[in-house]
Amino acid sequence: MGKRVTVTIEGCPVETQTGCSIAACVMQANGPALRQSVSGAPRGPFCGMGVCFECRMTVDGTLHQRTCMVNCRDGMRIQNEPATQAPVTPASKIEADVIVIGAGPGGIAAAVCAAEAGRRVALIDDNPEGGGQIWRRDAGKPPPRLAADWLKRLDRNKVDVFTHTQILGSAGPGTLRADGPAGPRAVHHGRLILACGARERFVPFPGWTLPGVFGAGGLQALVKSGYAVRGQRIVVAGSGPLLLAVAAFLHEHDANVRLVAEQTPRGKLVRFGASLVLRQPAKIAEAIGLRWRVRGVPFRAGCWPLGCEGDGRIVAVTLTDGKNTWTEPCDALACGFGLVPNTELPRHLGCTLDRGSVRVDDLQQTTVPGVYAVGELTGIGGLDKALLEGQIAGWAATDQADRARTMQEARRKTPRFATLLEDTFSLRPELRELARDDTLVCRCEDVPFGVLKQFSDWRDAKLQTRCGTGPCQGRVCGPAVEFLFGWVHESGRLPIFPTALGNLIEAPM
Amino acid sequence: MSVVTCDVAILGAGIVGAACARALANAGMRVTVIDGRGIAGGATAAGMGHITVMDDSEAQFALTSYSQQLWNELSEQLPDDAEYVKTGTLWLAADDDEMAAARAKHAYYEARGVATEVLDAWALAEAEPNLRPGLTGALRVVNESVIYPPCAARWLLEQARQQGATLALGQPVVQIDGALLRIHDGTTFSCGSMVHATGTWAAELFPGLPIRPRKGHLVITDRYPGFARHQLVELGYLKSAHGHTTESVAFNLQPRRTGQMLLGSSRQFDVLHKDVEPRMLNRMVARALAYMPRLAGLSAIRTWTGFRAATPDSLPLIGPAEVDRHYLATGHEGLGITTSLGTAELVACHLTGRSSAIPGLPYLPSRFKKGAPHG
Repeated sequence: MGKRVTVTIEGCPVETQTGCSIAACVMQANGPALRQSVSGAPRGPFCGMGVCFECRMTVDGTLHQRTCMVNCRDGMRIQNEPATQAPVTPASKIEADVIVIGAGPGGIAAAVCAAEAGRRVALIDDNPEGGGQIWRRDAGKPPPRLAADWLKRLDRNKVDVFTHTQILGSAGPGTLRADGPAGPRAVHHGRLILACGARERFVPFPGWTLPGVFGAGGLQALVKSGYAVRGQRIVVAGSGPLLLAVAAFLHEHDANVRLVAEQTPRGKLVRFGASLVLRQPAKIAEAIGLRWRVRGVPFRAGCWPLGCEGDGRIVAVTLTDGKNTWTEPCDALACGFGLVPNTELPRHLGCTLDRGSVRVDDLQQTTVPGVYAVGELTGIGGLDKALLEGQIAGWAATDQADRARTMQEARRKTPRFATLLEDTFSLRPELRELARDDTLVCRCEDVPFGVLKQFSDWRDAKLQTRCGTGPCQGRVCGPAVEFLFGWVHESGRLPIFPTALGNLIEAPM
Repeated sequence: MSVVTCDVAILGAGIVGAACARALANAGMRVTVIDGRGIAGGATAAGMGHITVMDDSEAQFALTSYSQQLWNELSEQLPDDAEYVKTGTLWLAADDDEMAAARAKHAYYEARGVATEVLDAWALAEAEPNLRPGLTGALRVVNESVIYPPCAARWLLEQARQQGATLALGQPVVQIDGALLRIHDGTTFSCGSMVHATGTWAAELFPGLPIRPRKGHLVITDRYPGFARHQLVELGYLKSAHGHTTESVAFNLQPRRTGQMLLGSSRQFDVLHKDVEPRMLNRMVARALAYMPRLAGLSAIRTWTGFRAATPDSLPLIGPAEVDRHYLATGHEGLGITTSLGTAELVACHLTGRSSAIPGLPYLPSRFKKGAPHG
């Protein structure tokens, strides 16, 4: 890890290290609860990746900062909310032939390929470092080799990387508006490649808002940013290949992983495994590798959480396999029910979506001319798909369509894998029955299930209950509500992420 | 095919339609409320919910002050989620001319029994410490309030239902033929009368109705309890609201009960798409920051737009339409939340023949018929 720094939390000096997120630092010092919800319940970091806004604190006088997205710096003042305001700083612009939004594998590959064609390329990401969720740096450890190779190419080709920079929306043709550490800025682009990635889908169940309940990828992200889980009893529950990866990761970080509960029935998993052997040997090797790395951790298919208990923080989770129900004492629950693409920006820009994914042609072009989309945005498919599509888009956006087409054969296989994933890990209907009337669905506005179920569509429910109108803009409750009630949540208005009001004033061009 | 008989069908489940439903059901009529969308789907959902008295004409004053009085009487009964808060309004004066306007307003209100007080620069800074220093003063209108309109509309409809009114929501009207009205699912209503509380859409059914959509933008922030305490409106707002220029902005900030700050306002004619326009947002926020620089640091979480139903004389259309047995209750521009209750009383008087608390003449749609101003 980095060098030692001292921050103050509510005036108390706390020693930590650079590379440690504020969320991790505060949890380390004070436990998982760090704020109160609108109705006064204790809450803590949840998604770990800037989506849910549950970890907001006041940092150096600025209210409502997402602490999982900001790393500790020496002398930083971290306070419970509320406090007084800090002024907005003036701005500068970002300009390039090709602008890539999202510095995960897909975005990095796109940026590298576009830059290798000699174009000016800028890569923009809202995280403190590039890499996306999958290549997120484990503080103090070197990146995986594949990531290191791509990062080297990024460096060698002089791609301008702007981290901690949030795209807010369009500011007219060829211009986006962004908000970063240097204040609001205009982003002038020729071609635009969107690689916004995905977030976890959550299914509400009793107790899911307790501090100590995290997204599966969320807990992994928090640990990578410095939150220690050594000795913690952790249950990993939900659905999808990510669960095993997270369990393996937590195991390696000396957590006491009690159980991995996968809601998909065993039969479906076996068929999934068989298909992988036939079509994707690399994937199965990966899966076996993971399984080997979590030796000694019980894995149960066809098993899901019914609810969590605890007063102010989680102490136990109740699980079922459909026949038996039992309670597992734990210090943390890492849960996730698959991934959903972050389509807010493409929707805002007017790109057409098909069943929740961005529609693209064989060169990754969206329905908006000059705008490309890659990776999870075009369908959840993981690392290989993102790298392939990133390269295609990087070449296509630099007028190398022929070269991009050489990748077609490999690319054609990826949708099949995506469909396979979707079929295997489709959520069982019992998960719709987990929420009780008093179970919160909207974590920002504390709207319970029992209130929402009286409505027949999203707009009515939103207007009458404020569901989805809080700072996460429906990013967490939207997919949950879609699963529970079938209402499709569509947001894409400026700003697509909350930002200081002052940033809505046109950034200097 | 089913035919439902009712005394009156109200088209539009916004706050005006909801208030009309309540008033007519209370008057003993069998009421049906029909809306192609849900409750409060149009301007009611988009608007701020400032219950305010306006003095730009005697008729506007009469309707707004009467309506505000009705709201104040209802306030004890309103449900919690209607978020009624008596914030008072501060009309902000940025210079001596505006201060003179504030004093004139004060005299006007005082003469008519509306509680107001003039604040000097010092008193203003004390009342709202986040305003920029150097403002000249303000007029405080004491008994004004804010409300969350979608829930208030729902509650008014619940009140109507308790008196026997029925709702047909999510069903657009597909045909109107004399006293018969058919909705999308095939249900036909045989109506004694129809009240059109359809905001800007009224012009679709009554071509030539002098209603123009006037677009507005709003921004809402995260929660900052106490950041502002009153509804804050610049006196320049009156120019923006009552001028008929194509495009204008004015500082208008509302503290919600949640601690959120709801920021307006913009007015645009001739823009019919509902997209949030960066350029207008920019102008509006810049205007706000000129009054309240500290707003710049507040986290804006959502923006949206809506359309006010504007008339040439800024007064609503309340009363008989040109077609027999059809009544209008539209054209409220930015005052529909306030004037919904007064409008409903006037509509009830038209339909029942009883006399109204305020003269209904200035709002009759027929004023635009024969050579009326602006046509």
